Amino acid sequence: MLDALTVAVAVTALALAAWCGHAAYKDQPTKDWHFIGMAVVTVLALAQLVVGIVQLARGERPEQGMAVFIAYLIGSFAAVPAAGVLSLSERTRWGSVTVAAGALVLAVLEVRLYDIWGN
Amino acid sequence: MSDTDRRPDQSPATPGTKPSFELGTGPGRVLVWFYGVFTVAAASRSVVEVIRGFDRAPLAYSLSAVAAVVYGFITYSLVRGGEKARRAALVCCAAELLGVLVVGAWTLAEPSAFPDSTVWSDFGMGYLFIPVILPVTGMIWLRRAKRA
Repeated sequence: MLDALTVAVAVTALALAAWCGHAAYKDQPTKDWHFIGMAVVTVLALAQLVVGIVQLARGERPEQGMAVFIAYLIGSFAAVPAAGVLSLSERTRWGSVTVAAGALVLAVLEVRLYDIWGN
Repeated sequence: MSDTDRRPDQSPATPGTKPSFELGTGPGRVLVWFYGVFTVAAASRSVVEVIRGFDRAPLAYSLSAVAAVVYGFITYSLVRGGEKARRAALVCCAAELLGVLVVGAWTLAEPSAFPDSTVWSDFGMGYLFIPVILPVTGMIWLRRAKRA
């Protein structure tokens, strides 16, 4: 896997988590800027999904099995958008907490993806 | 208790206080998220395990599938809201907690029974112990939601 991309997704996800956590702390719902942040993280996760599939297509194989790897790739891509949708209809601080939790889940998924791919 | 002109996701059971309550809003929204994540995680885990060969660890793999069903049902109940769903979710959270504790203790006492791990192995250590924390917060929320 492209390590730089994995690190980039994890770092931006953590930044998003901190940002939305801050919004929750200030008792604010997610706003347009937060959604732009979510879009950035999602685009990176999408790039990772594409790169991962290309690498599989080129015959490279993850250490811990193909099915697990694909499941985690899809999960990483879907995590933040799913949390974003939940926060759209929850216009309170708890919507921000949800997105922060979603971004944290993504960061954990990235660590697992790194392990699953191996070296 | 009549629920004639209420929407189905609102509960008829608290006439004196607030006319209705929803389980999936406010702090409940965060629970919906985590339960949704764990439904997907446990379900995809059992699918992957069955693809790899169910015979390798039938007990562990069946437990993954059971966990997926329990998580899925709680997610659905939280989204649906209302008193019936609240009670059902409460029972499932208790079952979930029991499952985590029993399977967690079992995996530590007799690792040979589990050649491969489940979501609930070692008290959910592989999932940052969220499987233990989640049913407890779930039950606290479901109890509070009634009074709100």
